[in-house]
Amino acid sequence: MTMFKDVLETVRMIEKERLDIRTITMGISLLDCIDSSGEKSRKKIYDKIARLAENLVKEGERIETELGIPIVNKRISVTPISLIAGSSDDLNYVAYAKTLDAAAATVGVNFIGGFSALVPKGFTKGDRILIDSIPEALATTNNVCSSINLGSSKSGINMDAVKRIGEVIKETAYLTRDADSIGCAKFVAFANAVEDNPFMAGAFHGVGEAESVLNVGVSGPGVVKRALEKAQNASFGEMAEIIKKTAFKITRAGHLVGTTVAERLNVPFGILDLSLAPTPEIGDSVARILEEMGLEHCGAHGTTAALAMLNDAVKKGGIMASTSVGGFSGAFIPVSEDEGMIEAVECGALTFDKLEAMTSVCSVGIDMVAIPGDTPATTISAIIADEAAIGVINNKTTGVRLIPVYGKSVGDTAEFGGLLGHAPIMPVNKNDSSVFINRGGHIPAPIHSFKN
Amino acid sequence: MRAVVTVIGKDRTGIIYNVSKILAESNVNIEDISQTVMDDFFTMIMLVNLDNMSIDFNKLKTQLEQIADTIGMSIRIQHEDLFNAMHTI
Repeated sequence: MTMFKDVLETVRMIEKERLDIRTITMGISLLDCIDSSGEKSRKKIYDKIARLAENLVKEGERIETELGIPIVNKRISVTPISLIAGSSDDLNYVAYAKTLDAAAATVGVNFIGGFSALVPKGFTKGDRILIDSIPEALATTNNVCSSINLGSSKSGINMDAVKRIGEVIKETAYLTRDADSIGCAKFVAFANAVEDNPFMAGAFHGVGEAESVLNVGVSGPGVVKRALEKAQNASFGEMAEIIKKTAFKITRAGHLVGTTVAERLNVPFGILDLSLAPTPEIGDSVARILEEMGLEHCGAHGTTAALAMLNDAVKKGGIMASTSVGGFSGAFIPVSEDEGMIEAVECGALTFDKLEAMTSVCSVGIDMVAIPGDTPATTISAIIADEAAIGVINNKTTGVRLIPVYGKSVGDTAEFGGLLGHAPIMPVNKNDSSVFINRGGHIPAPIHSFKN
Repeated sequence: MRAVVTVIGKDRTGIIYNVSKILAESNVNIEDISQTVMDDFFTMIMLVNLDNMSIDFNKLKTQLEQIADTIGMSIRIQHEDLFNAMHTI
């Protein structure tokens, strides 16, 4: 029998420290749904998703009951739709988004990702149509998430895409202005996007992936914080050790859930993403872990170092615990989804610039940050360019999920509800970046991409 | 297949009786029991075998939750796999 204290530790992690499996995400290839007729293609897409993911939610819930650990989200990611729809004669892909939305509703998942295009080096016809369709697609669907990969360490940054995405985000904010521009919360602009990410809004099923896989994203910031609370006088080395051991346990729980669900659905287990993903609930915050290390507030000087250590220790602990680690695997710092981050912004401790610095050492980027609704599109593009540059030069994934909340300005709060939380509007630098962004073209691949 | 039953709460008479009654009625065999009482706080962990269980896992879980409400304790039943995965290399 597992030791008495081990059983109690697990029960406490689940009951008191909000240990959960954040998401089980089924990746589904739609490459065999390509058709010159958009209508036929969409029918194939709907049928395939409804068939393959029919039991995803049911099996997820069954395993939740048997293991006694919550699985918060059941989701689906699909092949980037620009690749599927590009073969059709359609001039607008909103209908594809609606098909994904309908399929998601049929199988009962809460998000479906993959209304996406991969354009680090340039656009195809399908890529352009998809990007133009994003604002309406996000405004007219409930559960569809969209992402664009516009830069990579291998091929540089597509600055034409960067410029266009700034406009797309503004259009999306306007079309969803009645709900605090929530459409923008369902869109991410990436550099070095990963093809097996289970987390939304950036999940898509990469072209190098199998027909169908089951990916898992774990969570557990509360567990890490609690473990550090018990080691008040620990040195950095000792803290790193505690985080590693905790990450190991969290990851093992995720791996067990992933492999069990995959087996029951008869699909291969894909990857486990061991990111620490916060929620707006008390006790589920990444910012509070950083503060537990001895910072008065997240955002104080030292925050970047604390986050770097946390991120690294989480990876080291998790990597041994699963045969297949992938996705982002680090710590997430989404402002609106983390009550500690929200408080740090509200009290003035955490600024936009500090957030940007933090993204150079953690696993994602400027995530779920609400900014004034009158922020120019070119400024949004410039923020994306900065983040993409951090990712491309440092060989890591960076993403931007910004919400220019229509009609709101600094001092106001945007309410998104549920897991997306609420966010104080953060000020951005008011200096003009338009001449820079309007140059267009391509930032060449960095020197370290020439490795062949 | 084995599962772990965890019972936590304020100590009182009849806890083991109430829990083991449900398990016996469902033909679930108790293989091991550990328990401790500290400051009136009762903690019990049972390792049970579900191979010959006569009802559905969900129903057993619901029955345990119902008795937990009646006697004012927290009772969980979870497959043993989770604990083994998290605490053994």
